[in-house]
Parts: sequence; structure tokens; C-alpha cells
Amino acid sequence: MVIVFNKTMMTAWRLVARACSAINRRSSVPSHVYCTSVALSGSRSFSTGTAVRKDFFKGADVESYVKDFREKARAINPGSDWHPLHLTPGLPPERTDILIVGGGVVGWSIAYWLKKKERIRDGVRVLVVEKDPTYSQASTVLSAGGIRQQFSMPENIHLSMASADFMRNINEHLSVLNEDPVDLQFNHSGYLFLASENGAEIMEENYRIQRSAGAKVTLLSPTQLKEKFPWMNTEEVVLASYGLENEGWFDPWTLLNAFRRKAMSMGVFQCFGEVTGFKYRTHSMMTEDGDLVDLTRIRYVNVRMPNSLEYQPVECAIVVNAAGANAGEVAKLAGIGSGPQDTIGAIPVPVEPRKRFIYVLHCPDGPGLDAPFVIDYSGVYFRREGLGGNYITGMSPEEEEEPATTDLEVDHEFFQEKIWPHLANRVPAFEKLKVTSAWAGYYDYNTFDQNGILGLHPLVNNMYFATGFSGHGLQQSPAAGRALAELILDGGFRTLDLSALGFQRILSNRPALERNIV
Amino acid sequence: MALLMLMKSQGCVRSCVTITSRNLSSAPAPLAPPKLNSKLALFLYQRFHDVEQMVSWSSWLKRWTLRRKNVYYGYTQMHYGDNVAAAYYILCMKGRFRFAGQSDWFQTNYRGKFSWDFMNFRDVPIEEVDMSGTLINYSGLDNLESQQGLRSLSLRGCPEVDDWFLSHLHIFQDSLEELDLSHCSQITVGGLASLHRLRKLRRLGLSSLPRLQSPGLVRILLEEVLPHCHISGVEYSQGLDETGTDTGLQTETEINQLTEDHTYTQGPHRQTLTR
Repeated sequence: MVIVFNKTMMTAWRLVARACSAINRRSSVPSHVYCTSVALSGSRSFSTGTAVRKDFFKGADVESYVKDFREKARAINPGSDWHPLHLTPGLPPERTDILIVGGGVVGWSIAYWLKKKERIRDGVRVLVVEKDPTYSQASTVLSAGGIRQQFSMPENIHLSMASADFMRNINEHLSVLNEDPVDLQFNHSGYLFLASENGAEIMEENYRIQRSAGAKVTLLSPTQLKEKFPWMNTEEVVLASYGLENEGWFDPWTLLNAFRRKAMSMGVFQCFGEVTGFKYRTHSMMTEDGDLVDLTRIRYVNVRMPNSLEYQPVECAIVVNAAGANAGEVAKLAGIGSGPQDTIGAIPVPVEPRKRFIYVLHCPDGPGLDAPFVIDYSGVYFRREGLGGNYITGMSPEEEEEPATTDLEVDHEFFQEKIWPHLANRVPAFEKLKVTSAWAGYYDYNTFDQNGILGLHPLVNNMYFATGFSGHGLQQSPAAGRALAELILDGGFRTLDLSALGFQRILSNRPALERNIV
Repeated sequence: MALLMLMKSQGCVRSCVTITSRNLSSAPAPLAPPKLNSKLALFLYQRFHDVEQMVSWSSWLKRWTLRRKNVYYGYTQMHYGDNVAAAYYILCMKGRFRFAGQSDWFQTNYRGKFSWDFMNFRDVPIEEVDMSGTLINYSGLDNLESQQGLRSLSLRGCPEVDDWFLSHLHIFQDSLEELDLSHCSQITVGGLASLHRLRKLRRLGLSSLPRLQSPGLVRILLEEVLPHCHISGVEYSQGLDETGTDTGLQTETEINQLTEDHTYTQGPHRQTLTR
């Protein structure tokens, strides 16, 4: 009896279920929604009930809808690639640990060293933001590419020596598996500084500092100079200092790409876009003297895509300002320098772009293979370029004659009036030459003391600076990147003590000046 | 799991290791399609972190060996003097040398063993060194720095001799007369440009330098700055005909144009200078 009842109940249930499914089928829910949900969960669905309402995103194949829509839009308006659901390619990740503003050689060097120093795999997430994918205006690739140890500040000498050491072992550091080894095309011809009567004493003093720091430099008298370089006119030269080792010039583009290739192989993210703003939080704090100081912490960086108005806020813990010549602008976006008058909040980052010209000369009778990177006391420099009698030359203009920095046009008058007289005076063979080409590039000029700024900003407590190198950023980039990575990850300098290049000197107005800077 | 796979595919790992050890070889490498097992090795390298780690260990080991061989013999120098330390370094590297005023060479036998007779010559400087085919590199050269009377140095076929090494040779600028750099695979013109500091150089061997572009032109330029030096192993015409444009040397037509062209403007006369 019981069994019969059960049987009738079962058939009744089956009937009800069949009726329900028939109703469902008649309703507006598309049948393939069920098909996909069945397909997703394997042979049977785990859900015990049917969908309450039509859920567009849950079960439906959204992508196929979008695809259909695109096709329709294309059919309606052929020839246009406008689309309401357009996704910008190359957007930066939404979140990162360390964001490096500026993908020049310093920025990529920092990125490389950060990844090199991380303790565990993917320990830090690093993003490098560069605004110009072609590097057409980047100071790195428009520089003369020299490296020297002849500075007067021990910090600069050590930075350059460490960088030379890095370049000597560059394939230990920057080689990537299954790629060609790095060939910097380093030319070991040395630097030759000339001093007139006024500068001889300073040069001797610098020489002593350089020797004590371990640089291989030698002093030459005018007679020794004439003997070594017979093509040079040594009139009015009282003393010369000549670098024997680790000095010369190399290909900046190769170094930049080597850093970039290695850093990206280690997992650094690259993004082409421009930093247009920061979202930050400000707290007012009181100093011991009773002044109110605004402490800022950056939380988001707005990265705008090239050729569009779209931007992506990137959440990050630390920002590194390695924007080179534009570092001052970037710092301004974070509110640096906009504090009330006569407080440290009002001190801007003293870095601005300065335009420098480099001229390519052809002179078949010029100095040969022994020609070093000559720096005259008048400020004119020249070096050999290749073996075919080509040279490049340039000079820093006077402070009041600085050219406008709006574009990279070359002023050829400057060569005729300022450079050539000195050049022809120093090397008589240059009386007869032809300017075959010229270009201009930006110096990241530190107006305060023409030296690099390495370290944390005291008021924006997560923005690090590596900028303002005033023309020797390229040669110091490997060591500067290491120093900054140490500062970020270890909390202090480990290999080279560069605290003299920190921000403190700007706030306390104690310039660390380089003598005989070029 | 990955490690197990690794154990089974030892051969793959070995070829993977050879990928890292691809050193600075001669100019453009032939573009052969990659072999199957090297492709597989690369795949394993990119797929498994432990393969990556092993490859990095192996290249670290290679660098460490090189560094250990070229270490500075400071302890020996302190106890036995500069000359003995330099001699010991040379023999450890399987090179050979001759003391000043002697005719016989000190060298290792075929098993790498040598006699310790050189310990008797504490005060005699070394005059000739032959480091052919050894692993001497930039830092190893520091061991020879004290030998200011060194007259001849042969570096034939040293794989670790590069431009930085040549730039470091200025330590012998007042003594070195003979230098043989043939078959050094890493030397380029950037390093040879620093040789002009060796004012006493009389003989220079430059044959078979694979990375040196247009050796003929480099020979001419070197002879200009080292007028008393005889350069062997390079013909003047070598490399001039086919690879002229690579080296900054312009094509022949362009050079002709330049010489015919009289647009070389005369520079300002020196007396017009204000300085």
C-alpha cells in the first residue's frame, strides 16, 4: 500500500517538474543561458533552483555580446574605429609598491637595483612610468656619453668609480639568458682637463682629492702635454690633469636598453604615460620651534595615457622622482614648494631643464686615436667620434645667455661665435672644419649647486629623489640607482655614504659645490 | 615535480647552461634556427623557478672560479716580496716568465706542476711574461703591477682580456716594449685607443681579433700615435673594402666629394681672439 502511494507520488512529482520546465522554456530566458551554465559546471548543475531573474553577467557569454555589438557598430559606421566599450592598451597596473617617475637611465637603474636587492621573488612590485616611448627628448640618449673621475667632491668621484666598476662587469649584472651580451662600445681614451693660471691651484687640490679617493689620474706640465699630444696648442695652459683609467665615453642608448631589458626580465612593469598629478593626504605637524609644517603622503599617482585624456590612478607606497630635467615640475605636482612663505614648505626642488648644444664636426686633419675627451678651461669640450675624423663638441653657455627651453632647436650662431674661436685656438687643426650635424638636449640642471639630489624629501615622506645631476647623471646612474635602492629597501646607504647629496643641504642652504664643473 | 623532471633531463639543463655561458663571441652570430633541446631548455628555464635558480648558480660558479684564480696575492706578497708573488701567480695561471738577466724560462709542466726554484730570486724583477691562453683578467693584472721592469707581455688567445684590461696596461707605460694581443676575442678599438700611453712600445701583435672592425684603418691610426712601434698581424687593406661605412669612415664617393668641395670655411684667426 505504502509502496503504491509512493509510486503515484513520484509520477505526480515528475509531472509537476515537467510542467515547470515547460513553463520555463516558454518564458523569455534564452535557452543558451542554461546550456552554458550546464557546460560550466560539468555534467550537472549544482544550483537547486532556477535563476530568479535574468542575470546578464552571470551566465551569459558577455564577450560574445560585445563582439556582436562591435560588428553591428562597424556595419553602421564603417571606416571609424570609435567604440563605446574601447579598452586602452598599455594601462598601468592599478596598484604597485614603488612607482618610478621617469624611464631614463637613472629610473631603470633604480628599478634594476630594487629587483636585484629584493629578498624574495616578487617581493617588491615596481612600475616605471615614462612619458616618451621614443626617447626623442630624453637627456640620456642626447648626452655626449662621457664618464670621468675628475671631480672635486669625494661623493662624485666614488659614484663614478663605482659606475665604472659596474660597466666593467656589465655582463655579470645585465646579461639576460638567451640574449646577446651587452656591448657598451666603451672608448678608454680618458679625460684631459686643461687649467689656466687661475685654475691651476684648484686643479692640484682636486688631483690630491682624486688620488686619495683611488682614481688613476695624473698631472701633466705643458711640456709633457705637448710631448704627449703634439696636435695641441699649449699656450696659456699651466697644468693639465689626465685620467689614465676608467674614463672615456660609451653608448648611452646601449646602457639604457641593457638596464631596461634586464629590469623587465626581472619583472619590472613598464608603462608609457605621463604623470599628471598626485592624490595625497596632508597632516599638519608642529616642529620644536613651534612652526606648523604640512607633512604629505602620496597615495595615488595619476598616469595619463599618451595621446588621450584617459588616466589611471595608480595606488603606490613609494614614489621615486627620477624625471631628470622635469623633476622640478613633477615635484610641484605633489605640492612641494607651495607652502607658506619663509618656511621649508616654500622651498621648491631646484631642478630645471637647460638646453645644451652638441655639434658634430668633420675635420680630416684633426687629432687621431690618442685624442682624449678634452675639456678646456674656457668650458669648451670635444671628443673623437668614430674613426673617420669626426668629432663632437659643445660648451655650457653663460648664466645670462641661457637659451629658451621650449624646443630642441639648435643655435648654430653659438658654435660660430662662442665655441669655434676657443676650439681653433686649442687645436690648430680645427681652423678648418665643417659642422656636419648638431643636436640639442636637456640638462637636468640643479640651480642650487649643480650636484645630484639623492634621498627622501623631508615633507613628502614617501617621495624619493634621484635627479639634478646636471649633466653627469648618465655616468653615475649605476651607482646612484644602487644607492637609492639601498635607501628604499635597507633604510640607509650601505655601500657608499651619499648623505652629503641628500635634501638636507638644500633646506639648510649649504650648497655642495663642485669646483671646475663642466 | 619540476625538480624530478629536471633530474631526468640533465642534458637539457646542460644545454641551458651553455645558453648562459654564451660569451662575447665574434661579431654577428649566425642566425641558425634554435635547436630543439635548447628551445626546451629555455622553456624549462622560463617555466620553473628551480631551473632558473640552477642556471644562475652555474653562472655564479663560473664567475667565482674566475675571480678566485685572479685573486690578489697579497699574503704571498707580504711574506715573500713582490717578485715571488708575481711569479707564483703566473705559474698558478699556467703561464711562463723569465727573470731579468737570465735566459731560461720558468714554466709549468703538462700536469700543471712547477718547481719552486723561483723562490731563490726574491730580488730579481721579471722581464718577460707569457700568459698565452690563460684566464688572466683585469683584476689579475694587479698581481703584476709591481713589475715595473716588464719588457714583454704576451696575451695570445686570452678569453678574458678585454678593453678594460688594455686600459689598465698603463701601469707598464715606462717599460713595456713588446705586446702580443692576437686571438683575444674581446678586444675592440675602444681598448686599443688606450695603448698610446705605452710610449716605449716597439712591437704590437694584433692578428685575428674577431671584434675589431676595419683592422687596417686601426693599424694606420695606431702607427700614427705610436710612431716607433711595429704592428704585425694586420694588413693595411684589411677590412677597408667591405665594412667601410660601419666604422664611421665614409664611402669613397663621399670622401671624394669632401676633398673636392672647398666649403671648408677658414676659422677665425687666432689673433682675433679676445682671450
